[in-house]
Amino acid sequence: MSSIPLSAQFINLFAAIILLLAFAMLAQRRVLQLIDLFALQGATLFLSTLTVALTTGQAHLYGSAALTLVLKAILLPWILHRLVRKLNIKGEVEPLINIPTTMLVGLVLVIIAFNVALPISQLAHTITRGTLGIALAVVMLAFLMMITRRKAITQVVGFLSMENGLFLAATSATYGMPMVVELGIALDVLVGAIILGVFFFQIRDQFDSLDIHHMEKLKDS
Amino acid sequence: MISISGLIGQLFAIALALALAPLLSGWVGMCRAWLQSRTAPPLWQPYYMLHKLFHKDVVLAEGASSLFRVAPFVMFGCMVLACAIVPSLSTDLPFAPAADALALVGVFGLARIFIALAAMDIGTSFGTLGGRREMLIGFLAEPALLMVIFTVAMIAQSTSVATIVETLAHRDFYIHPSLAFAGVAFTFVSLAENARVPVDNPATHLELTMIHEAMILEYSGRHLALIEWAASLKLYAYSCLGLAFFFPWGIAAGDSFPALLAAIPLLVLKLAIGGVLLAGIETINAKLRIFRAPEFLGTAFLLAVLGLLVRLLLETKL
Amino acid sequence: MDLFTLMLLIPLVSGALLTVVGERAWAPNLNIVASLGTFLAAALLTVEIVANGPRFAFGEQFFIDSLNVFFVALTAFVGLTTSIFSSPYMKNEREHGRLSAGRLRLYKSMYQLFMFTMLAALTTNNLGILWVAMEAATLTTVLLVSLYRTPASLEAAWKYFILCGVGIAQALFGTILLYFAAERVLGETGNALLWTHLVEVKGSLEPTIMALSFIFLLVGYGTKVGLAPLHNWLPDAHAEGPTPVSAVLSGLLLNVALYAILRCKVLADGAIHSDFAGNLMMGFGLFTLLVAAFFLSRQRDIKRMFAYSSIEHMGLITFAFGMGGAVANFAGLLHMTMHSLTKSAIFFAVGHATQKIGTQQMDDIRGLMRVNPLIGWGLMLGTLAILGMPPFGVFASEFMILTHAMKHHPWATPVLLLALGVAFAAIFGKVQPMVFGETEAKRLPHAPAITPVFLHLGIVLMLGLWIPPYLTHWFHEAARMLGTP
Repeated sequence: MSSIPLSAQFINLFAAIILLLAFAMLAQRRVLQLIDLFALQGATLFLSTLTVALTTGQAHLYGSAALTLVLKAILLPWILHRLVRKLNIKGEVEPLINIPTTMLVGLVLVIIAFNVALPISQLAHTITRGTLGIALAVVMLAFLMMITRRKAITQVVGFLSMENGLFLAATSATYGMPMVVELGIALDVLVGAIILGVFFFQIRDQFDSLDIHHMEKLKDS
Repeated sequence: MISISGLIGQLFAIALALALAPLLSGWVGMCRAWLQSRTAPPLWQPYYMLHKLFHKDVVLAEGASSLFRVAPFVMFGCMVLACAIVPSLSTDLPFAPAADALALVGVFGLARIFIALAAMDIGTSFGTLGGRREMLIGFLAEPALLMVIFTVAMIAQSTSVATIVETLAHRDFYIHPSLAFAGVAFTFVSLAENARVPVDNPATHLELTMIHEAMILEYSGRHLALIEWAASLKLYAYSCLGLAFFFPWGIAAGDSFPALLAAIPLLVLKLAIGGVLLAGIETINAKLRIFRAPEFLGTAFLLAVLGLLVRLLLETKL
Repeated sequence: MDLFTLMLLIPLVSGALLTVVGERAWAPNLNIVASLGTFLAAALLTVEIVANGPRFAFGEQFFIDSLNVFFVALTAFVGLTTSIFSSPYMKNEREHGRLSAGRLRLYKSMYQLFMFTMLAALTTNNLGILWVAMEAATLTTVLLVSLYRTPASLEAAWKYFILCGVGIAQALFGTILLYFAAERVLGETGNALLWTHLVEVKGSLEPTIMALSFIFLLVGYGTKVGLAPLHNWLPDAHAEGPTPVSAVLSGLLLNVALYAILRCKVLADGAIHSDFAGNLMMGFGLFTLLVAAFFLSRQRDIKRMFAYSSIEHMGLITFAFGMGGAVANFAGLLHMTMHSLTKSAIFFAVGHATQKIGTQQMDDIRGLMRVNPLIGWGLMLGTLAILGMPPFGVFASEFMILTHAMKHHPWATPVLLLALGVAFAAIFGKVQPMVFGETEAKRLPHAPAITPVFLHLGIVLMLGLWIPPYLTHWFHEAARMLGTP
């Protein structure tokens, strides 16, 4: 087993922690802790990218890592915290199906994700190819979180967590996309978060709550 | 042929288990008291209790069947067997070939069945209540425990506990995220199986919150003594199992008496640290509502399965 | 300054400018002038490309070839006509009190920025930047859909954001897989995402990865095209947003998203060496067609109904491109153009009609001929055009698709005919009483701009009767580039 070098072990460890955090977010009941878990996930992603950068010497990965840290571990959680405080969102997340069932569905999704990613991992030659399955699993878990939650803010956190998973996929399969593309993606994410913030105020003004099921009235009649 | 030294070594390990188990329970009780700023009961308190109980008369209800009288002995026997199998001092004792992790789970299950049936035997409502809750916890904890065992067994390529210990103790330093997940899951399961906070409070006598205590309400005298001893043996066995899976360094590889003696200090040290941690966990957490217990164990199951999946995906060569 | 840079700079700069000055009285005119400028730059650029052939810009990051050149012109043209339409329309909305000056400012600046993202998406050579531009297009229009701040519009905008966001995330994963496959062949330079390079080596891209990548890209960008079952955002966004936004969403965004899928399909076909991508598109296209046709008949809101019509047509076009081959590709491209022009014309007419009558419920709209004969005729002719009546251009493309399907995929023909038939009956049955009948509506404060409606319909009519040679040549070129199965 010493055939896998130490750096790869660390990368695997970080990837496992990211997956664990994705499940923890799925099981979390409180909004503020959810945002903190998301920040933690961003920080772990930063550490993972940094390790890959140090091991392989790819210069643009340092930039990606810095971008991840600033955007996903610091800026976005800060914006979300401010939103929660200003909008006075109360503490509890409201799941549509109960949490143990959600976790079981999540497990099934993880198994599916691992299966889908296996042929791709076998073809990759990067040091981090094992983590592609985990990245896809994080994306699917975030998607599950988005569709089984009532509060708008948890859907946003799910969306951003999906971004995290995609970034991990990009880093694990291909050592990251070209820098210009990554900058573009980061810009999109940031602008998206800002627009969402504006949007939340509009929703709150109109409905006096950020509960999604106020917004299920449009039908085909 | 079993060698004489091996046989003596095995008996010695069993005797040590019998002697140390109540000490472990006493130590945990002391730590809890310290952490909660109470005056601690003396370290030998469990021994005093066992001594007292053995000298009291047994009071049996009229409707008690033979099952009721036999159950404490079965439970005690199972726990002694478990302690004999789990390699606490050495991996090469005569019982070691029988030390299959899956068989161990079966042994624990057997004990659980008997005590639950005995609880329902008298026909009081509290006994039945306790029995049902115990089976609920057990039903949910066993899959989690099995998953933990599978994860660890995959690393060692065998379900024999002795082989697992040998493989894990003698490899190079290697970060296994799967072991970390499995370790946390195992902790959850041990807390549930040993009737500790946050699943069950061993010190409670509020009837509506009891699980383990509710089952043994009707027992007295030497039956109760055996059951209490068996409970502490169960805690000892689980602790040794956890140490064998996750902290296997220091367990002797041979069966000679000096080797066994050398392994004792390290074992005592590890158990002491484990006792402090257990007391810490019990103090920090509040007891869960019974309806939240499935969630707790579901999390354990989830972590264990995650550990298994992570093992398959990340750590094996594709 | 180079025409290409000019064409991209005008919407970007005017968008920024309008954020500041959007509340002045002359702001709508600035909007129109900027759109005019963009269109002129695009038209001149088209002439240049037709004469000289494909060219790059900004190193190799942007390029124009026979596939996107006329889309660029079409986008700029529809952008211009919509801005002409929206000037009096939005003024009327302001008079009726449904919008404030601040929101109009937001509207105008986002409109120009949206045009910028559309043009950038069409002309970029880098598939990663394509993704960024598509996501940016969604972001610019989200706030526009919720412009009226009613509960319904907020819900529509939220659905739009979340559904398209999830979809675009799938597309990102598809792009990552594509990059992964490309890197193995082209190396780890930044060129691995450039389409011109990829198309040269498409035969040696790894088939399994390309197949997986295409699935994700189809699902992801297909959400923006409105393919079922991911189409739920489309009717809501069209019905609840202001009419100019509905027009550009239907006329432009759907086209550009489909264009993105087509670029990826070329690569996927080259790599997989089988009909996998085409079959997938045919399946989605037919399914979308059926779903839309049947939902159409249940609609009561006029904009929702025409939104489902957009979904139906995009399904048909996807089916055509899925069939592949010179004729079907030609028909698909023709249909994209026709649909874009016709649907935006319809939305212009519908916008004026609903503004006059004051409601979007079809049961309450009657007698448009009497209210304003031009609007009535506009709506009537537009409906006939979109339903595929000759001599409008839509008839030609639908006919080509049907005949090609009959020849090569006869099993699909009954489904196609059924869906088209159901849609025809539903729409015609609903529009006819709206146009004819009694009513008591009043005059509007600002006279509606009818010209764009008839301009679009005129072009569609002309193209139905006669297609200019350069256009035919372009269609053939593009069809050839899309490859034969």
